[in-house]
Amino acid sequence: MINIGSYDERIKNFSWEIAEKELEYKKGDIINIGWYCSDRICEMGKSEKIALYYEGFGDKEKSYTFNDIRLAGNTIGTFLRDQGIVAEDRVCLFMDRIPELYLSFLGVLKIGAIVQPLFSAFGDESLLVRLENAQTRAIITQRKHLSKIRKIIDRLPSLEYIIIVDHNPAKELKEKEIPFSLKNSTPVEEMEIYPTTAESPSVLHYTSGTTGQPKGVRHVHYSLISQYLTTKWVLDLQDDDIYWCTADPGWVTGTSYGIIGPWSLGITQCVLDSGFSAEAWYKFIEKYKITMWYSAPTAIRSLMKAGDEVIKRIDLKSLRHLASVGEPLNAEAVIWSEKVFGLPFLDTYWQTETGSMMITNYPGMKIKPGSMGKSFPGITGVVLDAKTYEPITEPGKVGLIAFKPGWPAMMTTYWNNEEKYKEKFVNGWYLAGDRAYLDTEGYFWFIGRDDDVINTGGHLVSPFEVESALLEHEAISESAVVAKPDEVNMEVVKAFITLKPGYEFDDDTELNIMNFIRKKLSPLAMPQEIEFMESLPKTRSGKIMRRILHAKEWGEEIGDTSTLEDD
Amino acid sequence: MKDLILNYVINEYQEDEDDEITYETPLISGGFVDSFSMVSLKVFLEKKFKINIPDDKATPEAFDSVNKIVDLVNGYTK
Repeated sequence: MINIGSYDERIKNFSWEIAEKELEYKKGDIINIGWYCSDRICEMGKSEKIALYYEGFGDKEKSYTFNDIRLAGNTIGTFLRDQGIVAEDRVCLFMDRIPELYLSFLGVLKIGAIVQPLFSAFGDESLLVRLENAQTRAIITQRKHLSKIRKIIDRLPSLEYIIIVDHNPAKELKEKEIPFSLKNSTPVEEMEIYPTTAESPSVLHYTSGTTGQPKGVRHVHYSLISQYLTTKWVLDLQDDDIYWCTADPGWVTGTSYGIIGPWSLGITQCVLDSGFSAEAWYKFIEKYKITMWYSAPTAIRSLMKAGDEVIKRIDLKSLRHLASVGEPLNAEAVIWSEKVFGLPFLDTYWQTETGSMMITNYPGMKIKPGSMGKSFPGITGVVLDAKTYEPITEPGKVGLIAFKPGWPAMMTTYWNNEEKYKEKFVNGWYLAGDRAYLDTEGYFWFIGRDDDVINTGGHLVSPFEVESALLEHEAISESAVVAKPDEVNMEVVKAFITLKPGYEFDDDTELNIMNFIRKKLSPLAMPQEIEFMESLPKTRSGKIMRRILHAKEWGEEIGDTSTLEDD
Repeated sequence: MKDLILNYVINEYQEDEDDEITYETPLISGGFVDSFSMVSLKVFLEKKFKINIPDDKATPEAFDSVNKIVDLVNGYTK
């Protein structure tokens, strides 16, 4: 029996009150995600049920019951409160996928502070701009990432506490650095949960745009409502499921569906904190008898590349439901998964700003490989005409993906950037920034982004951010960054550069630039290819024409070049 | 060659000085080098040893330790 029952019936009779009733929430009540994901599950009699199976590099294995995660959340929350962290303070989580990351998430929310998760592979510059923008007061991290924070701490006057979860007592600590060991702390049985309400801020995720610095997407505790229901109906999680979401909580999938969704439903989930290897992933599924697997197209295409032989040696019969997120899932991947697992990966479409799934495929509904599926019940999703911003009714005509505002997990603003937030709304619609068309049966089909943002392996990279960082390299005079097509990651970063006098483009320079960006921003932002040019294409007013370089990479028509400088 | 590669990996990818990276340390599955960073490691090998490693041979498995990388590079230098 599938949770959603009939999609068509759900559409007819939908109200978000379905989730509110199941969560015993009434308008005006206290709603705290940290409590819902741990204390409430214990109160429902599941305190001894496993909440988390963790496996990390070096055969590290741990498991936590729902009572364990409740106590850990209390202990971390109390520790933060004792330091002076109060409601709405921003607390950054800057850790690999270790248990403390997941447990701190609950602890921060329980005291009403705002969780700011950041991808631990970020370099010091990426970290700086995000901590600076959020005026983050505390950061919880591991000693392996401390060097990046030490590099920028002088430029972050708001950052008062650097909490290290795995401090080695033999190492010296610097000002503001505080050791904290969950293992050595006395578990806090009872704590006062901060009375957050529907509109209280909960999570601040950063996302990249075409221009300007990354934007902090502010979510609220009421997001739980749609995160809970989409997890239940799309991921179809049921009480005896063992769930694996492969996303890192540095990104929105890793929190909405890697923490909040499964734990608010009292589901056992697994975390594998190690690099990618097809065999290791399959063995992980076999070992924990994973039943529901939520992954990403890049990972799926990497598994396809690894071949089917390895699958034959491993028992994957436990799997009963698969889904995918991050970028459009190509039809070949859906067909492949049906062939090798006997199950299709169901594509789900949503983004950091939407907080929960918007257009997806559903268990029990006809799957059209390569399609995004249909709007979630309660979500009004349309394709708008790019000129009139009116919904397109004609099947096959490409337009802008847009949603009628008002679903529970929708962002409430961009942090300190209300102007950019307002720009996302036109004619009463929220613009997702992607293009698609509808077919005759109302299925959405993804066409591409409506801007220059690069989607690499399901993560958005701002060309502006990479271009700015490139200009900080001593040899580079000018830079332009575009997406380049890639078989596995859909797109990768490609940089075009000109050099300052006295520098030559050789093997060492190329490698040096790559590593410079990798360390400064992140491995995702590192140009996978760098092309040296004598000059970049510019308009007569001196603006670099990124469009021309993009067209060159994608084999597209260059279009109007009438404003080109040297035309 | 082995030490040159090991030193490069340590200098470029080791974040925690308490970690020990040896010839056998799993680099990709151990989380020291992610799949995106593998590209810069491949570029390093190609430039340093003047070889061309085809994309379909530059797999996470082939890059998973210094010893495996040496085997890979040897396949193109001989």
